[in-house]
Amino acid sequence: MASNKKYWKSEAELTPGNSIVEQLRQNEFPEEIPVDDFLGDKQELASSQTSRRDFLKYVGFSTAAASLAACEGPVHKSIPYVVQPERIVPGVANYYATSIADGFDFASILVKTREGRPIKIERNKEAGFKGDSNARIQASVLSLYDSTRLQGPRNAEGDVDWDVLDASVKARLAAMASGGKKVALLTQTYASPSTNRLVAQFSEKYGNVTHVTYDAISEDAALNAYQAKYGDRALADYDFSKADVIVSFGADILGDWQGGGFDGGYAKGRVPANGKMSRHIQFESNMTLSGANADKRVPLTPAQQKVALAQLFARLNGMSAGGELPEKAAAAVEQAAAAIRAAGRKAVVVSGLQDQDAQAVVLAINEMLGSEAFQPESPRYVRQGNTAALQQLIADMQAGNVGMLLMDGVDPLYTLPNAAEFAEALGKVDLSVAFATNRTDTAEACTFAAASSHFLESWGDAQFKKGHYSLMQPVIRQLFDTRQFQQCLLSWSGEEQSWYDFIRETWEGSILAGADWNQALHDGFFAASMDADPQEAAAAQTDKEQESEAEEPASVGSIAAAVRRLAGATQDGMSLVLYSKVGMGDGRQAGNPWLQEFPDPITRVSWDNYLTVSKKDAQELGLVNEYVANGGLDGSYANVTVNGVTVSNVPVIIQPGQAEGTFGLAFGYGRKTGLKADMQTGVNAFPLYQGFDTAQGVTIEKAAGMHEFACIQLQKTLMGRGDIIKETTLEIFNTKDAAEWNHVPQVSLNHNEVPATTVDLWEPFDRSVGHHFNMSIDLNSCTGCGACVIACHAENNVPVVGKKEIRLSRDMHWLRIDRYYSSEDTFEEDNIKKDGFSGAMESKRGFEEMEDPAANPQVAFQPVMCQHCNHAPCETVCPVAATAHSRQGHNHMAYNRCVGTRYCANNCPYKVRRFNWFLYNDNDEFDYHMNNDLGKMVLNPDVNVRSRGVMEKCSWCIQMTQKTILDAKREGRPVKDEEFQTACSNACSTGAIVFGDINDPESEVSKLKADDRMYHLLEHVGTQPNVFYQVKVRNTDEA
Amino acid sequence: MKKVSNRHPNFAIFAFSLALSLLVSTSLIAQDDAAAAATTEAAAPAGDGSPCGPGDVAKGKQLFNQNCAACHALERRMTGPALAGVATRLSEDEGLDCDWLYSWIRNSAGMIASGDAYANRIYNEYNQAAMTAFPTLSDQDINDILAYVEAPPPAPVAAAATAGAEGGKADSGGISNELILGALTLVFALLVMMLFLVNRTLRRIAEANGVVLEKEKAEKGLPIWKAFAQNQFLVLVTVIFLMLSAAYFAYGWFMQVGVDQGYAPIQPIHYSHKIHAGDNGIDCKYCHSSARVSKHSGIPSLNVCMNCHKSIYEYKGNPEGPSAEDLAMGYTNEFYTGEIKKLYEAVGWDEETQSYANEPKPVEWVRIHNLPDFAYFNHSQHVTVGQIECQTCHGPVEEMEIMYQYSPLTMGWCVNCHRETNVQMEGNDYYEKIHEELAKKYGVEKVTAAQMGGLECGKCHY
Repeated sequence: MASNKKYWKSEAELTPGNSIVEQLRQNEFPEEIPVDDFLGDKQELASSQTSRRDFLKYVGFSTAAASLAACEGPVHKSIPYVVQPERIVPGVANYYATSIADGFDFASILVKTREGRPIKIERNKEAGFKGDSNARIQASVLSLYDSTRLQGPRNAEGDVDWDVLDASVKARLAAMASGGKKVALLTQTYASPSTNRLVAQFSEKYGNVTHVTYDAISEDAALNAYQAKYGDRALADYDFSKADVIVSFGADILGDWQGGGFDGGYAKGRVPANGKMSRHIQFESNMTLSGANADKRVPLTPAQQKVALAQLFARLNGMSAGGELPEKAAAAVEQAAAAIRAAGRKAVVVSGLQDQDAQAVVLAINEMLGSEAFQPESPRYVRQGNTAALQQLIADMQAGNVGMLLMDGVDPLYTLPNAAEFAEALGKVDLSVAFATNRTDTAEACTFAAASSHFLESWGDAQFKKGHYSLMQPVIRQLFDTRQFQQCLLSWSGEEQSWYDFIRETWEGSILAGADWNQALHDGFFAASMDADPQEAAAAQTDKEQESEAEEPASVGSIAAAVRRLAGATQDGMSLVLYSKVGMGDGRQAGNPWLQEFPDPITRVSWDNYLTVSKKDAQELGLVNEYVANGGLDGSYANVTVNGVTVSNVPVIIQPGQAEGTFGLAFGYGRKTGLKADMQTGVNAFPLYQGFDTAQGVTIEKAAGMHEFACIQLQKTLMGRGDIIKETTLEIFNTKDAAEWNHVPQVSLNHNEVPATTVDLWEPFDRSVGHHFNMSIDLNSCTGCGACVIACHAENNVPVVGKKEIRLSRDMHWLRIDRYYSSEDTFEEDNIKKDGFSGAMESKRGFEEMEDPAANPQVAFQPVMCQHCNHAPCETVCPVAATAHSRQGHNHMAYNRCVGTRYCANNCPYKVRRFNWFLYNDNDEFDYHMNNDLGKMVLNPDVNVRSRGVMEKCSWCIQMTQKTILDAKREGRPVKDEEFQTACSNACSTGAIVFGDINDPESEVSKLKADDRMYHLLEHVGTQPNVFYQVKVRNTDEA
Repeated sequence: MKKVSNRHPNFAIFAFSLALSLLVSTSLIAQDDAAAAATTEAAAPAGDGSPCGPGDVAKGKQLFNQNCAACHALERRMTGPALAGVATRLSEDEGLDCDWLYSWIRNSAGMIASGDAYANRIYNEYNQAAMTAFPTLSDQDINDILAYVEAPPPAPVAAAATAGAEGGKADSGGISNELILGALTLVFALLVMMLFLVNRTLRRIAEANGVVLEKEKAEKGLPIWKAFAQNQFLVLVTVIFLMLSAAYFAYGWFMQVGVDQGYAPIQPIHYSHKIHAGDNGIDCKYCHSSARVSKHSGIPSLNVCMNCHKSIYEYKGNPEGPSAEDLAMGYTNEFYTGEIKKLYEAVGWDEETQSYANEPKPVEWVRIHNLPDFAYFNHSQHVTVGQIECQTCHGPVEEMEIMYQYSPLTMGWCVNCHRETNVQMEGNDYYEKIHEELAKKYGVEKVTAAQMGGLECGKCHY
């Protein structure tokens, strides 16, 4: 029935007989269209040079010319060097050893360069310490080619010359020589002996100089505790490979705790050998990588962790401490104490609590145990920030005592909780200069923003830990008009010397002790022999002993007080625990698209940070996560308030394993300045980082709206499918037959149950001659860190697709790390529950229940790339034979042959094929560095850049195996086992991924293939993959 | 740089020859014998002009070319000073005798060290480039060399005259050819006109006589095209034939799209592989050294050119002088010398001071061999491991005045070769075990690249 409603566009229409309305109703174009202006003058039209026929002629001619021109191939120019550098052969990669020391990440690395362009970062396997890499270090090469980098010094007006900057600084320094104001340096942690000497030299020249080191994410408590005990401002080092029992209180030892890089040693102890592996007990609030890998994880609030630590100390000393703990936690502390007592010197306790008492207690416990893993005598220098000195500096600035402020590698206006205070104080400084690679809030607010060189363009050195030095050398000339802070400081001190000469002088003077500089530069590191002077060392030892003896009573007393304080720790209301993600760290690489797209190993969310909430708290606060029709994940918003500071509209993720009453939020996001629009993701957590404590009292309230996440993995639990991730306990592993815990699936053949491996539909393919590659992935040593994911990006030119596309499940990662939670407390219970279902209804209901992970689930990580099946289902369905097997075990993919039917992706049981939806490399819609000339410099010239409309997937880095084989052929020798590598196996610090040739019986991978723990993914499908996994063994025995 | 389209060389040649044969009658093979006048070098007599004693000029020249020519020229400053009349000059200007020269040549470093004034002066003047010591040269050898350098250098006048004569000859040859052609065309035109006139006169006579021509009679019968059109079978066969041949040619045309066989672009510097690799027999990999170790053969950097072209500043050609063919193309000695100057320009070499004084201007060569990006090809695999001659794929480069693409570089061409070529396994330890197993498997001694897996997609496409 027609409605009588009257619709109206404007109020005027309601007035009857309105002339304007009437006119508009009759006449669509109330204004005269000026037709006459261009067609009226008949004479001019007639006399016009271009007649209609001419016009058609021109059209015809230009069409013909264009098509003729298209017939000709393009002309390519080749421009050789005028003078070819001796070491550069076009087409051959050079490797240089250097170091990253950007204030957050410290490591010895190798840089692969092609024709002078750095294109990939590898681990420096020879460096005995910190030769590992993580996702951020792997990705840092892309930050070099960021088009948003500062390309020259600037001031408020715009670009300036370095001469102007130099002159201003020198003039100010000269003017200040007489005045009472001081020069302040506010820098990142360098851990650099040469920089220390340089700053000392600078201070000597200008007298009134203070140098404040500032870490955005502070380790102040641990530094203070170490300093109080050992006198040096440093962090104790730990070698977890020597520990049989690891007890951690909130320390994310596989993340960025105390500078990171512990995963290599940790993983060594995690592989069961001779029936033994280490036992890891983790007390924590957020679900971290360490908690996910732990054998026993106890979710506790930060205050409870302190109590637990106090109680552990008390139990180990046969005392008792106060404090309330939940029953389960108290039992866990008891178990931990028992395990530690049993292990004795083989145990170690660590803490990530930002509390000096906690850190002091941990040091005391380890010393008491005489822990072998605990190495206070060779401390780490990778964190040196001093928050007290920083607050003093801000006060000085406020008081107008600072005449000049020089900053390098820090962005206090973004990272300081009291940024507003700093901004105000900065206004009272006469001249401020901030060195930065990108535009930052701080650099914008300073008198000058000095464009600083990327670390791959810089000279430098670092002492990662006592006696272990590294060198940093440039691997490419400065791309832009940039300078290093140290070089500038040197020239402002009136020195003519270059920074390189200065470093060399430092090293030859006080570090190398006669060793060769060139050798050290070649290696990238130098390990000073610690027993160089045994007498001195012995003397120091006795000194220390005497000292400690002397201090013993006092220290025991202070420890007892510390324990008492810890035991009394309480937190009213809820706690917020701030953390750093393995993909983003403190946010200095927020402009790096690889890292933005890197899915967080725990939540599998990319392009965001979020508030992690336990399920119970979420229900109470009315916070939800829900899936929408296109498979995307949506989450509620919440407002987070700490001490009156509110960060609003923080998206919420319900995190299994999150301790009840706690919330997690990652640093490093929410930066706006100097980032492309797409990279401005997440919210800034630094304003909540008050007093530089990661644990804060908090109030949370629900905010309106839903946030759209880009989450890679929606399937959270394994639901008892034991043939995807097989796992067992150490006890079963040690006592039972492999067939029981590593069950080969059975299939029915002629009505008999036979092992799936014995049935084969296909003609076997002879791979006995030459190389036959296999890859082993050890689920025990894989920590899920994701360095391999980024290494794969860099090696194989994998495009970044952006948040929107990720949400549409169009992610391009050739290698993904699946994370599964158990739906019961353990995976074992899942299996039991699943097997117990009877009847369709019950199993339906049961499986629905199993989709939800437990409150404190077990976690397993599983890297999955193309499994390179010997009987690949993708090959049989390709209509154009674009994918084919090889006798070396690879499953090949010829992109130029692919027509994009995507049948192969449908038929792949492992879902590892990725379809290239857009021309990501030349598309302004995808502004992720690959679309501009600068960003393209990172591309690996040996690997195709795939075009739109083709299927792509892991190639097992065939370019690397082919190169290895060719090198051997050229040199006329057999290939050595360790030479065969892929990008992921090369990047893996823990040795979880091993690649090699199984036709070589001596190779590591052949031995791993014969291991009892070996199994294939979805063995019953009969695809015979060339990738195999090692059963995960958990050391859950209660000792 | 314009790309020379050379996709239908056969058709082009055919059309050209057709046009030529229509234009010119048969008797135009009157090619003059291009007997290149061998410029006989004036045999130099045994010189006695050397102040150090008599010497054999011929032997001296040989010794000079062997030992001195890398750094010295007669009339020109190079790495070392010009040597024409050096002994006379030394004795007259500096008062230095032959003994000084003997000891300088045998051990210049010693003389510099001993503090000899002139020795140090000359050493510093030439950028402290130490002269190689020649302790093996006897006094008589040095006398021979000195006799050669003292002898008046071959008269440049004569050379100029020869060059002039050559130029004149070439010019006159061109003019005479054109004249003959013109005359013949004229004669041909006259003949055609005469024929036409005769024909018309005869026809007029016939008409006058009432003769009916045969041709007009025949017109009354069925015209042949009508007869053809009425025969349906014939029409069908013809249509099928035409369609098939059209398809054949269309297929052929499409298959050559993107195949640039014979592509020979004009390069910024006329570099003759014929002179370098052919006449002078320089090994390919001397300049394209990265072919041994890299996927790229590499275009040599200009400093590689300068290894030789520091001393080779002009083109002297064959001893017999440029051939008539070269002259016809304009490849005179002056032309080539001009190309060497282009190299100096590009690399920034100043001939006066013998130093890289100027701003270099890198050469933008036009790339000839363009494999698509999705095909991976590695030179070292083929050159070093496979020990394949460069000519197998690049053709007779040593005969190419202008470099062109010899092979089609299509996938079929690659695959064929992989099917037919045996892998070079002898003496390569890498293959030892593989060869043993493969020989057992296939029961043959030789294994082709294809049997080794050289036809798998992923070996070249990744």
